[in-house]
Amino acid sequence: MRAQRFQDALFHQTTRFFAFSVLAILAAILGSLLYGAWPAIKEFGFGFPFSAEWNPVTDKFGGLISVYGTLSTSVIALVVAIPVSFGIAVFLTELCPPVLRSPLGVAVELLAAVPSIIYGMWGLFVFAPLFADYVQPALSATLGNVPFVGALFQGPKNGIGVLSAGLILAVMVIPFIASVMRDVFEVVPGILKESAYGLGATTWEVVWNVVLPYTRVGVIGGVMLGLGRALGETMAVTFVIGNAHRISPSLYEAGNSIASTLANEFAEAASDLHVASLIALGLILFFVTFVVLALSKLLLMRLGRMEGEKT
Amino acid sequence: MIDSSALYRKRKRTNQLALVMSMLAMGIGMGFLAWILIVLLYKGVGALSLSLFTLPTPAPGSEGGLSNAILGSAMMVGSATFIATPIGILAGVYLSEYGRKGWLAPATRFINDILLSAPSIVIGVFIYTVYVAQVQHFSGWAGSLALTLIAIPVVVRTTENMLNLVPASLREAAAALGAPRWKVVLHVVLRAAKAGVLTGILLALARVSGETAPLLFTALNNQFTSLDLNGPMANLPVVIFQFAMSPYENWNSLAWGGAVIITFGVLCLNIVVRTLFRKKI
Repeated sequence: MRAQRFQDALFHQTTRFFAFSVLAILAAILGSLLYGAWPAIKEFGFGFPFSAEWNPVTDKFGGLISVYGTLSTSVIALVVAIPVSFGIAVFLTELCPPVLRSPLGVAVELLAAVPSIIYGMWGLFVFAPLFADYVQPALSATLGNVPFVGALFQGPKNGIGVLSAGLILAVMVIPFIASVMRDVFEVVPGILKESAYGLGATTWEVVWNVVLPYTRVGVIGGVMLGLGRALGETMAVTFVIGNAHRISPSLYEAGNSIASTLANEFAEAASDLHVASLIALGLILFFVTFVVLALSKLLLMRLGRMEGEKT
Repeated sequence: MIDSSALYRKRKRTNQLALVMSMLAMGIGMGFLAWILIVLLYKGVGALSLSLFTLPTPAPGSEGGLSNAILGSAMMVGSATFIATPIGILAGVYLSEYGRKGWLAPATRFINDILLSAPSIVIGVFIYTVYVAQVQHFSGWAGSLALTLIAIPVVVRTTENMLNLVPASLREAAAALGAPRWKVVLHVVLRAAKAGVLTGILLALARVSGETAPLLFTALNNQFTSLDLNGPMANLPVVIFQFAMSPYENWNSLAWGGAVIITFGVLCLNIVVRTLFRKKI
């Protein structure tokens, strides 16, 4: 009996230890990044994320270009991906014949399973040439003439750059946002939707005035999850963003994101300060995605609790 | 009456427009998936041959295959899955069996879900600072450790979900027979959820096989066939990256061949797992 009690306690503590190790991984990541980035933080201070200088020759580093590249590609990705994901989620929950629902759902998830390097190759060798020949001139000719935003759509039309990277990121985050939206749309109580239909509402009115308000928190959570994914995506962006260390007003110009800078320079960084600055970029990226993903999780948990109270 | 029928027509038009847009969105999503797969088949199937699996990576312009990269990937992915499985399962057991009270379980659940989507390149930087920079050389072990850290959250999440599906009556029945808690968990609960836990491991395997970013500065690459996990090691994703970016035609074609192998391997794993366990994930 006593042996059994000991074994039980041992088993409990063992599993507890491994659960704790997951927390320890996070702490270790944060700690080691801080440690590795310390020389750069000491040298450049808290102005590091806001300085546009990045010069391995003179050993002067600042993160602004990479931070700008990461943010601008992610914003483009979200602007494109949110409406498409919403459409897919509406299709899967309201329109799709039940027979097709499961295979189409799996197909959308497969889009998320394709390795990101494949998106990169496809983006660089297939998407970019077509984009340069057909889409970029058309955008220049139309949006390019609109005051204020026009400058965004002027520049070299070679298919790579910030805009292409953003669009490929959009394809990559669509499955994440769409499957969260689908899951939260499915928790809307049937009785709410049926009441609205009973009053004569159209499918669109039900989606817009009943489903969406009910699931707003979850939908925002899904968008945040997509944002978290877009911010940290590496290989696809590295292939198509052009890897040039500059900020330019045009979205057609090549740029660099935090992840692509790391992918390109880390293995070849010569000076210690260069490595430390790259690690500092990694720290910024990790911190920002952590906050975004934590927000996403909190919002989704709130929706879950709301549902828990109702039933 | 005329007014209301105009309103009715307007509402109907809006509805139709919205539904057409929604179908279009679905079409866009499926279109991109089909486009990528067709491009892969078109460009990659020509590169598939027996020598792809038997010859090592060549110099520019000469004959060769990807055998050393495939071997290296298999070794790193295999060892990463092997290390991540017990850690992930035990942590998942804690969350589902002992996670009712206390602060540790909710905190772990929360952090685990964040690690699930954390940027994989940062995991690479982490392993670089704690391992590669300390031992002063790139190595297969470093790559495999980075992949382990990416695989663990996947296994933890699915294990917990699958164990939660096991009915409580099963645990109670075993406990009523006098089985201690650890026996209940290992011999009853885990056995009942065996297929589901296996799903999690396969998903982790699929996730890790395509990862490139964390290997760039941990395992690096190797021109030659190497069985030594303690030195730099060739692996499919990094070879694909280098060969695709190179100006040499035979390297490009090998890159597409490797891309086909990885993508269809990963997609097949996903399809099998998701169609078999659709309801539970």
